[in-house]
Amino acid sequence: MLRAIYDWVDERLDITPLWRDVADHEVPEHVNPAHHFSAFIYCFGGLTFFVVVIQILSGMFLAMYYVPDIINAHASVKFLQNEVAMGAIVRGMHHWGASVAIVMLFLHTLRVFFTGSYKHPREFNWVVGMLIFFVMLGLGFTGYLLPWDNKAYFATKVGVQIAASVPYLGPYIATFLQGGDIVGAQTIARFFALHVFFFPAALLALLGAHFILIRRQGISGPL
Amino acid sequence: MAHNQDGNHKEQVHYVGDSRVRANRKKMYPPDYTEFPHKSEAFFPDFLLKEWMVAAVFLVGFMTLVMAEEPPLGDIADPTNTGFLPVPDWYFLFMYQLLKYKWASGPFVVIGTLVLPGILFTSLILAPWLDRSKERRPSKRPVTIGLMLVAIVSVCALTWAAEAEHETQLESAVGSPTKNKQIVDANSEGHKLYQENACIRCHGEQLQGKNGPPLLGVGNRRTAEQINEYINEGKGGVMPAGMFQGSPEQQKILVNWLMEQKQK
Repeated sequence: MLRAIYDWVDERLDITPLWRDVADHEVPEHVNPAHHFSAFIYCFGGLTFFVVVIQILSGMFLAMYYVPDIINAHASVKFLQNEVAMGAIVRGMHHWGASVAIVMLFLHTLRVFFTGSYKHPREFNWVVGMLIFFVMLGLGFTGYLLPWDNKAYFATKVGVQIAASVPYLGPYIATFLQGGDIVGAQTIARFFALHVFFFPAALLALLGAHFILIRRQGISGPL
Repeated sequence: MAHNQDGNHKEQVHYVGDSRVRANRKKMYPPDYTEFPHKSEAFFPDFLLKEWMVAAVFLVGFMTLVMAEEPPLGDIADPTNTGFLPVPDWYFLFMYQLLKYKWASGPFVVIGTLVLPGILFTSLILAPWLDRSKERRPSKRPVTIGLMLVAIVSVCALTWAAEAEHETQLESAVGSPTKNKQIVDANSEGHKLYQENACIRCHGEQLQGKNGPPLLGVGNRRTAEQINEYINEGKGGVMPAGMFQGSPEQQKILVNWLMEQKQK
């Protein structure tokens, strides 16, 4: 039955080459933790992606309850955490996942750096990876404000003040971030939009590029 | 163009299907791993299964963390709260800490906001072009690896310094959270002295802290000698000396009463 459905679709859309290309490519021994335990360092990239998936999924569920305005944001997070079934777990996954994602990303970057894997011909993929790093930091910074508790508010205020101290461009950056002259109603709406639309879109595009490049160029050989 | 002087000789171009991709264009294939012929295996499902084993171990650790530690949620943001100690999330702490040093703040703030982070991140992005040797082994490229280690150690040290400084500030901060809001022995002479003197103006009617830190549970944190010292000499450049106007006997009563302020 399933086979017949697959064949029916495949006959019309020719989907087999799409996934066969991904499925059949050879993974060399030196990155396989089943053969060399120390090869687990090559899993950091995959684990980072795994955490990103956790972040996207948990974030989607948080968005079902979260209200991005200064009156209700804090109350909605409180309700989510204390009243909603599994709310504390889902928020916990998103909260701790943010830190873990940064840690895994850092470890993956170090692995690539210390094994010299960014060298010819993979220079461009290294640059894409660094851009992913910045997008992740952006996600961290914008997400930190959303619960709208004192910690969130004052951290953002300080962050914006630091940005504002940049010569020439500073005031413009601050206005852009705040959406006005203060950290307030405009800011939370803006950070919410950045956090759930702009940055994830950029992240997915960059991740796509990252994976296409590594598929094209293959993983770097053993040292 | 020497080979094409008459202009009549046109190379016949073939395209793939109806696209503009030339039919004889060399296709770029991902490298195979025949050059290191060992136990390479197909990505799906063989390798992905093993990677999933690693991910499963990771997931168990992660979910343990999630269930053990409830994500914190403080009180609703209050812009008028002047005593709140701001702190960014931990992965920004190293940049935050930079700005506290004299050589990277005030007139030199651009060093802390742009120059140092700029150097760090630009050289990271440009790493493939800064380190152009073919050599990949860490032992064969000591400069690159050395610079990276210096960067990692500095970032860790800055983060640690920021965290340590924040802890110290938190200890003497205004309005740090206390569980027990009850004043111990509220009818005593000590409480009366507290109310009659300037103490109450900064430390609050309920010892909850106002412009100064809360004194609820101060008996757990300080010794009688320390409290006497703070009363006589002030503290941290914030609390002035000699705010207590009573006699030495009265001060002793006050300090004893403060030492009774203990929390479980």
